[in-house]
Amino acid sequence: MSDHRGGAGRQSSRVWVVARTDLRQLRQSPDFWGPMLALAAIFFIIAPAVLLFAVTHISEGSVVQKVSSTLEILPASARASVPAGSPEARTSYALAVFLFAPLAVIVPMTISTAVGANILVGEKERGTGEFLAHSPATEREIYLGKIIASLVPGYLTTIVGFFAYALIVNVIVGPQVGGWFFPTGDWWVLMFWVVPPFLALTLSVVLRLSARVRSAAAAQQASGLVTLPLIVLSYAQSSGAIFGSGTSGLWLGAISWAAAIIGLQRGSRAVTRPRLLGVDASR
Amino acid sequence: MLPVADTRGVNPPDHVVELEHVSRRFGTAVGLADLSLRVPTGSVTVLLGPNGAGKTTAVRTITGALDCDTGHVRVFGHDPATEGEAVRERCGVVSAKPALYDRLSGRDNLRYAAELNRLGPGAPIDASAARFGIEHSLDLRVSGYSTGMKTRLALARAVLHDPDLLLLDEPTSGLDPESAHAVLRLIDEMAAGGKTVVMCTHLLLEAEGLADQVVILDHGRDLMSGTPGDLVRRFWPDPSVTIDAEDRFALDGVAALAGVKSYERNGGPAKVTLDDLARVPDLVAQLTAVGARLTRVTPHEPTLEELYFAVRRESGAAVDRIEEVE
Repeated sequence: MSDHRGGAGRQSSRVWVVARTDLRQLRQSPDFWGPMLALAAIFFIIAPAVLLFAVTHISEGSVVQKVSSTLEILPASARASVPAGSPEARTSYALAVFLFAPLAVIVPMTISTAVGANILVGEKERGTGEFLAHSPATEREIYLGKIIASLVPGYLTTIVGFFAYALIVNVIVGPQVGGWFFPTGDWWVLMFWVVPPFLALTLSVVLRLSARVRSAAAAQQASGLVTLPLIVLSYAQSSGAIFGSGTSGLWLGAISWAAAIIGLQRGSRAVTRPRLLGVDASR
Repeated sequence: MLPVADTRGVNPPDHVVELEHVSRRFGTAVGLADLSLRVPTGSVTVLLGPNGAGKTTAVRTITGALDCDTGHVRVFGHDPATEGEAVRERCGVVSAKPALYDRLSGRDNLRYAAELNRLGPGAPIDASAARFGIEHSLDLRVSGYSTGMKTRLALARAVLHDPDLLLLDEPTSGLDPESAHAVLRLIDEMAAGGKTVVMCTHLLLEAEGLADQVVILDHGRDLMSGTPGDLVRRFWPDPSVTIDAEDRFALDGVAALAGVKSYERNGGPAKVTLDDLARVPDLVAQLTAVGARLTRVTPHEPTLEELYFAVRRESGAAVDRIEEVE
């Protein structure tokens, strides 16, 4: 045997090795991350900046009034959190906190599901699953590595986009409502308590699909269904049903963490060597 | 089933791989059917067979990438199904497709394998690439490699961790002669270094001269196994000799001579089967005595190709009979 072999303790965990290599491949694929970044920029930066700028600087009062009337759909607790001020200020605040921001969550979520959907079936399609199947890595190590590799791009984009969005919102809307106000407490809870387990839970399902299907196209289609709950969550946020109503965000996060742990445990069984070889479906 | 090699009687620890009555189905398709195989330590074993014979499934079963439905598998004394890590750490595999990450560089591909094998920062990446003549292309993306370069990289990756067992699945398929030679040279080097090699192929010429043991597979079964010499002797127990002369009609008298078991001449040189090769000098003397002017007398050594087709011809009926019983 080779004398280059080091002790397991001194070497990188195989989980990180798998994750790092997948992330390296993504970095080497501008055809993948280019459109994703563009999409994220549109939703996080360009669209909010244009719309919020228009609302805060628009001279047509009836338009603002119409937009402002949409605030009526918010629950009372959410409406109460909108600070007093001009219709433009109240409208732009509500848009920033309850309407635009949730849309921006969907995009990074989409990135993670897009990565996750392709990450196992891609190994099959390219034939590299054969290499992994014959490698000493355990199926669990491969699974966790793939989860991390799928989670990191989406969550990293979420966090970066979130802070970029916060900056834009504060610069454009802040002066109207008496200073910087974003992120609100609910948004901190959402970004660092609710989104990570939600993302992990979603990926545990997406990776199970990716391990089972025969083509990347099928995986993408199936994972599209998985993102539906995310959209529901985002719109729940936009209506203030979850945030702006006490501790519901904390509870939702706790439930999401529990569900994510169960989902990850169950999902790890989906990665098997026969599936990496692409021979399992015929059994 | 035709007789198998007597290597099964050898002491078990002398075998790196032991498959006992292993079967594996994929739905209704048969991958392996009651396959028994023993690979002696330090040997080169060639699995011969047509596409779908079960060669790839056998390799996958050896590393534990696939489990078997029935039967027992031991590799280095471990069961790959339950102790797969211990087995796979000591195996190097080159699959039929190179299974490389096209978007990564050659160096990144090797680094990935090194890290999965926990080789540490001193992993011999450059040395391994140099062994196959691709050290100057290591920093290029694999998508720009030729087929031959990809196979060389796959070979470099397979031996990076200095495996004790090298499994090659159709390694020379579609390769240029130079790259094919690199594969065969690797097998020679591994064998000389005391390593064990299992190679799947349907190209008989490349197996010729390499194999210590040949296993002929079909429909997931071992039709025949043993050393090439043993197999030839078992299949053609009587030696034969090819004789040619200026006047070929003068050769026909040979059929009546002592020790001649069969005589064939279809327009070309004569093929004479004898009960003993020691009769050749007498044969030559008698032909010369009757005035034949001989231009060639060559002992005929059947090639692996002849053997393969003969076994396949003979086993066809046997396989049909087995399937009928099932």
